[in-house]
Amino acid sequence: MSQRQVLQGVMSLLRPLLLDVVPTIQQTAALALGRLANYNGDLAEAVVKGDILPQLVYSLAEQNRFYKKAAAFVLRAVGKHSPQLAQAIVDCGALDTLVICLEDFDPGVKEAAAWALGYIARHNAELSQAVVDAGAVPLLVLCIQEPEIALKRIAASALSDISKHSPELAQTVVDVGAIAHLAQMILNPDSKLKRQVLSALSQIAKHSVDLAEMVVEAEIFPVVLTCLKDKDDYVKKNASTLIREIAKHTPELSQLIVNTGGVAAVTDCIGSCKGNIRLPGIMMLGYVAAHSENLAMAVIVSKAVPQLSVCLSEEPEDHIKAAAAWALGQIGRHTPEHARAVAVTNTLPVLLSLYMSTESSEDLQTKSKKAIKSILQKCTYLPALEPFLYDAPPNILKHVVGQFSKVLPHDSKARRLFVTSGGLKKVQEIKAGPGSLLQEYINSINSCYPEEIVRYYSPGYSDALLQRVDSYQPLAN
Amino acid sequence: MATLARLQARSTFLAHQYYFRNSAVDVFRKKEYDAAVKIQSWFRGCRIRAYLRYLHRVATVIQKCWRGYLGRQHYQLIVKLEFCTMKMNLYNAMAVRIQKRWRGYRIRKYCFNYFYLKEYLKAVSETNDAIREALEEFAEMKEREEKKADLEREEKKRDYQARKMHYLLSTKQIPGIYNSPFRKDPDPWELRLQKAKPLISQRPKVKQKRGVNISNRLACTSARSLPQSEILPPIDRKQCQGPFRDITEVLEQRYKPLEPTLWMAEPINELKMAREELRKQEWMRNINDNMFLPFSSYHKNKKYIPLMHSSSKYGPNSYGSQHFRDENPKKWICDKKFKFHEDRNVCLTYSLLYPHCLEQHLAKERKKERKKERKRKEKRKKERRKRFPNCITII
Repeated sequence: MSQRQVLQGVMSLLRPLLLDVVPTIQQTAALALGRLANYNGDLAEAVVKGDILPQLVYSLAEQNRFYKKAAAFVLRAVGKHSPQLAQAIVDCGALDTLVICLEDFDPGVKEAAAWALGYIARHNAELSQAVVDAGAVPLLVLCIQEPEIALKRIAASALSDISKHSPELAQTVVDVGAIAHLAQMILNPDSKLKRQVLSALSQIAKHSVDLAEMVVEAEIFPVVLTCLKDKDDYVKKNASTLIREIAKHTPELSQLIVNTGGVAAVTDCIGSCKGNIRLPGIMMLGYVAAHSENLAMAVIVSKAVPQLSVCLSEEPEDHIKAAAAWALGQIGRHTPEHARAVAVTNTLPVLLSLYMSTESSEDLQTKSKKAIKSILQKCTYLPALEPFLYDAPPNILKHVVGQFSKVLPHDSKARRLFVTSGGLKKVQEIKAGPGSLLQEYINSINSCYPEEIVRYYSPGYSDALLQRVDSYQPLAN
Repeated sequence: MATLARLQARSTFLAHQYYFRNSAVDVFRKKEYDAAVKIQSWFRGCRIRAYLRYLHRVATVIQKCWRGYLGRQHYQLIVKLEFCTMKMNLYNAMAVRIQKRWRGYRIRKYCFNYFYLKEYLKAVSETNDAIREALEEFAEMKEREEKKADLEREEKKRDYQARKMHYLLSTKQIPGIYNSPFRKDPDPWELRLQKAKPLISQRPKVKQKRGVNISNRLACTSARSLPQSEILPPIDRKQCQGPFRDITEVLEQRYKPLEPTLWMAEPINELKMAREELRKQEWMRNINDNMFLPFSSYHKNKKYIPLMHSSSKYGPNSYGSQHFRDENPKKWICDKKFKFHEDRNVCLTYSLLYPHCLEQHLAKERKKERKKERKRKEKRKKERRKRFPNCITII
């Protein structure tokens, strides 16, 4: 506590220095305030409570560029901690002055002002709307076109923060023509700039189909796919986020992405990174496959399923596993061909173990259960189904046995295999309530085989035989 | 009376006898009666049976014919129905064949074209491969560029180091560190040191003006302003032949500062420069850069483009009255038209207001003048002819 009091004492000492005659002292005092507020939220609150902001805002309009930079830094540091502090900044009329600073000649001033606006707009939709109402968006788009890389970065990040809250805000950003400039900058070699640009485009595209179509019309494909090969992990993540946001709206957009080879690029990207970076790529594959069976087949053809099963088994985090399980379920649920493609990679036992394990989170359990169910309902690949007879819980067993009962009456080789692999034995051992669906399936399986075999494999047959041996009287000759 | 008694005694016997004889007869009567009835009934029965047989036969014949007729009708109906059914079955079968073919075709072509799907998937996988290749190439290119940039940086660093350590270069007498005599080849650093230029500590670069100004020349009037040469002359060179002057004298002579005459001391365009100076100072002090124009609309030199409606091929149409005034000849004071004042100034202002009028006016004037000239000429001619009727005039 005493440290805090000391710091607040410092605050009250710094405040009169802001009004000093010598401009260097003013600038340094402002810089000091900014650094203090940057470090801690309480100090930022102290800055607000100490009524320093109106003074800063007033002098922001008049002073030279070093002071403007320092004052904008203070505003940014205060505004980044919480929405209330940002609201306090907006209330003292800082937005108009910051927007005026955006028109300044010095790129450092523009950068500081854009940064402050970005941090303010980050918190919620009302603050974003306030920033937009102050007329910042056209100036930010002008800032993006400036030659300085740092300014471009900050402006792109500010646009991303503004457009992420609601479709109307994204529409405002689009109306100013931001998409064309952002799309041009994807080709820039600087990786931090690419991060921000891709993040901005994905925030715009995520809200509605029209916005996503507008982003696509800016001809980002196939240039975006080169970003998936970038060295920087966050560039890859943001690029796959962008592709995901576009793919999730309609089948036509997904089709477009598939036609440009996006699925292969995303699959390779998933293979080359670990952890949270993979997550948007995995979700993108799930979204594409969910739309229609042709797209799911296209995803399978792009060799995505082995990659996804690798993700499922390797990743330590539950939410990434849940995403992979969901994606596999979307791929396999359409037709037997799709289910076979998923089952061949031996993912079903993994999914089952995830479902059964008590350590997995609820989300993971529900998602793996849904995936298993949807794949099983179409799966006719019997070698993959057999392990399920042994381990599965009753509610899944029902579906497995049902699938067997659908396939076995028609395929003689499968019947033979079923017997030799011990599946028939296992089926006999299943206890099912009479009249239940499971019993019906078991009966239909039994009816595919001659009676002797069924009796042979029924439990307790050896005992019954021995009993017969005991009770048999040989014919007295 | 005896008879009576006898009769009476006999009466019961009589009665019994009467009764028995009647009843005996009755017994037989009944029997006979029953027999007769039987015979009669049998006979009647035979007769009626014969009759019934007859009737049956006849009825059977009728019914036979009738049933035959009905049956044949029925049969025809059945045949007809069967025929129709057969035909319908045939048509149905044919229709089924057509529909089968059509449905198969439709589904296979329009709803789910397996081969198209196959082609599409093949195309997708080909595109995927192409994209994968392209991305690999791109990644490789980036890596190569990075490596190149790294190598270049390293090279620059080493080069800079070599330049800094230039003093470690081996000389003829003393081998350097990297050029040990026990080695077969000199160390690569040695070669690098040989190639590198020695690093000179950077002097603050003074911006040298190109083209020596005379004013600058005047500045270096001190006797110590000797040129700075970077390369020192070699130490052991052969002595040049001949008596030479003292080197200091020579240098003094050679680099004597310029002592220009007064004519040269001041620049030849001094006046022009002074004027320029003055103009610059005035320009600095001026509030407004625009030249003072005589009239407010002086700069408005745009040509007037009249309306198309009011202009024709030969110039603007007259509206009836050129100056937008009603002509009312009755109210005119005199017959002649209103004349402009002969005064020149008034003419000028008027001409500025109505430029097209000025042209016309000037044209008119010119016409008049020419007319007058011609008249005068005629007059002179006539006079001369009068005076000298026979001469040829040369003007």
